[in-house]
Amino acid sequence: MGTHKMLTGNYAAAYGAKLARVEVTPVYPITPQTHIMEKMAEFIENGELDAEFVSVESEHSALAVAIAAQATGARSFTATSAQGLLYMHENLFVASGLRLPIVMVLVNRALGAPNSIYPDLSDSLDQRDTGWIQVYVENAQEAHDMVVQAYRIAEDKRVLLPMAICFEGIIISHYMEPVEILDQEKVDNFLMPYLPEHVILDPDRPMSVGQIVMDDSYYMEYRYQQQEAMDRAKEVIQEVDEAFGQSFGRYYGGLLSTEMMEDAEVALLTLGSLASTARAVVNHLRNEDGISIGLVKLRMVRPFPDQELSELLSDTKVVVVLERDVSIGAGGIVYTELCRSLNGRNGPHLINYILGLGGRDVTFEDIKDIALLSCSERHTTTIDNPIRWYQVRGL
Amino acid sequence: MRTLAETLPKEELFHSGHPLCPGCPGGMMLRWITKTLGKNSICSMAATCMALPAMVYPHSLEIPCLYIAMAPSPAGITGVSAAIKILKRKGRIPADRKISVFALAGDGSAGDIGMASLSGAAERNDDGIFFCFDNEAYMNTGIQRSSSTPRFSWTTSTIKGKPEKKKDLPRIMAAHDIPYVATVSVAYPDDFVRKLEKARDMEPGFKYLHVHSPCPTGWRFPESKTIEIARLAVETGLWILYEVDHGSLKVNFRPEKRRPIEDYLRPQGRFRELSQKDIQSIQDRIDNRWRDMRN
Ligand SMILES: Cc1ncc(C[n+]2csc(CCOP(=O)(O)OP(=O)(O)O)c2C)c(N)n1
Repeated sequence: MGTHKMLTGNYAAAYGAKLARVEVTPVYPITPQTHIMEKMAEFIENGELDAEFVSVESEHSALAVAIAAQATGARSFTATSAQGLLYMHENLFVASGLRLPIVMVLVNRALGAPNSIYPDLSDSLDQRDTGWIQVYVENAQEAHDMVVQAYRIAEDKRVLLPMAICFEGIIISHYMEPVEILDQEKVDNFLMPYLPEHVILDPDRPMSVGQIVMDDSYYMEYRYQQQEAMDRAKEVIQEVDEAFGQSFGRYYGGLLSTEMMEDAEVALLTLGSLASTARAVVNHLRNEDGISIGLVKLRMVRPFPDQELSELLSDTKVVVVLERDVSIGAGGIVYTELCRSLNGRNGPHLINYILGLGGRDVTFEDIKDIALLSCSERHTTTIDNPIRWYQVRGL
Repeated sequence: MRTLAETLPKEELFHSGHPLCPGCPGGMMLRWITKTLGKNSICSMAATCMALPAMVYPHSLEIPCLYIAMAPSPAGITGVSAAIKILKRKGRIPADRKISVFALAGDGSAGDIGMASLSGAAERNDDGIFFCFDNEAYMNTGIQRSSSTPRFSWTTSTIKGKPEKKKDLPRIMAAHDIPYVATVSVAYPDDFVRKLEKARDMEPGFKYLHVHSPCPTGWRFPESKTIEIARLAVETGLWILYEVDHGSLKVNFRPEKRRPIEDYLRPQGRFRELSQKDIQSIQDRIDNRWRDMRN
């Protein structure tokens, strides 16, 4: 058994990184991530963690330092939010292109303008094409556990891709919850040290890392191999979830988890902290009102569980995607992704609710109202306005 | 006195057949650097013409080389040296093994887009040697103005001559109070290698070498004249060879009598449009600078 503590999501994530014995941690402050940076600095300063803390002068350098350190053979860790993540953008592709299993915590925050420190998942979802594995977690415990799992997933030889653990700022980053801090000895058995063979800056084995490929040489093959690695990550994610469950007693379901989805006519599909609220609504409607409704908690956005979702939702009548993000001009990002998963199938009606942007509260009652309305739409032949902005003022 | 050819190791870590332009001083520089620092080194590369001989598949230096992006070559020094530090503590790299970490950047990648990264690594005094290969423009993209382009110079983005003055990057770096800052020239290899050896053998920390690097393609002079132009820059007093060793400044070469700046400007097509007044203003600046440098 580990020890129990009241922790914010940020501290829970930092404890995860400490247990993973990260070796180089370049971080730049930004609300709501800053506590992770401070906690890591404290661990290292106090001698609780043997690592190099680097006070970089920008997020662009934070990821560059992580890339260089990881390429030299050290396990690297960083964290950021919103503007900081976008400042890193160029280097996100570099980390995945170089197949460096860096792990980063992304504390979701709205992007300016206008400026807000409250959550909007658009910052990390916007980066879904950069070749990083992305997991979305719903509470501090899951954040803690996933930092440890992330290194094992990312460093697996079948994968070798960077990985981001994403959670909502303030809601998860700043509120305290009881968290079981994993036992160090058990984590050491679960996670082996990083000993790279594929990419290493070693004078005894000189190689160019990030070389220029001219004209029609191997650029396309590089990309294809990344895609293959992402595909293989699916099975590795499931395996690691299983192994983690066996060691520590918590199973998360890997790519996604479901609740009461057997025979469900209506499914609420969501991610992050909204999953907790939606779960309560689903339980309530099933138990109190006998409504045939279930929950799909999407965990991985990359790799996206296309196959798994299309099988899971084949008999569902209505799928309601609840999400705290938007791709302006298209709709909710997860909704548009799901359209791809279900492409060409005579599947369920899809309804998309864009809600809670900038941290606007999404209550039990809100989700319940949406769920009930959606239930009433299950027998219609077509859905009007499938993309809906929930409770926008002035409409 | 022994010549450079006698003192430098015979082994080549930088090979012929590279794609640099004829007359490019980068080839010499890369040979001197790799010979002086040797096999036990790691390079962090910026987006510069120097990436071409070092990192175009299947060509490469015979030392490990990392290219991240244009700006963060100094952050590359930071990351590599931080990793070496912790891996030595953990015994994954032998504690007594000396690995020289260095970065190579053009004037644009060093002093413009990479300025924050460079200043950050210097301020943290991260362990490595940073080379600014100053060919006074963005050459790899085809001769566009940088902050290091001298006043009045033609580039493809300043077709009537650059109105602003050249940014004094070595002086900015010296203001960071790092262990070592030096200016070097490809026409003075002994001075170059001596300074590089000094930087190599110093205690851990950030060392900065600024290499004046005449570019026949961009400066518009015949490719056989690279060394001549480089030497003229020093003999006219335009490019001052100096070092700042732990804060104390030393001018390493004082021409007996400085040649007129016109001797340096005339052979270069990029200065073709200069008026006598322009030339005089450059001369005045040089004379003033040397008055400041008297002691
Ligand atoms: C972020 C970014 N912007 C622009 C470029 C395009 N680029 C590649 S090389 C180069 C010029 C480099 O100039 P400099 O650093 O002075 O080195 P030189 O080529 O002159 O050696 C530019 C602008 C890039 N690679 N990355």
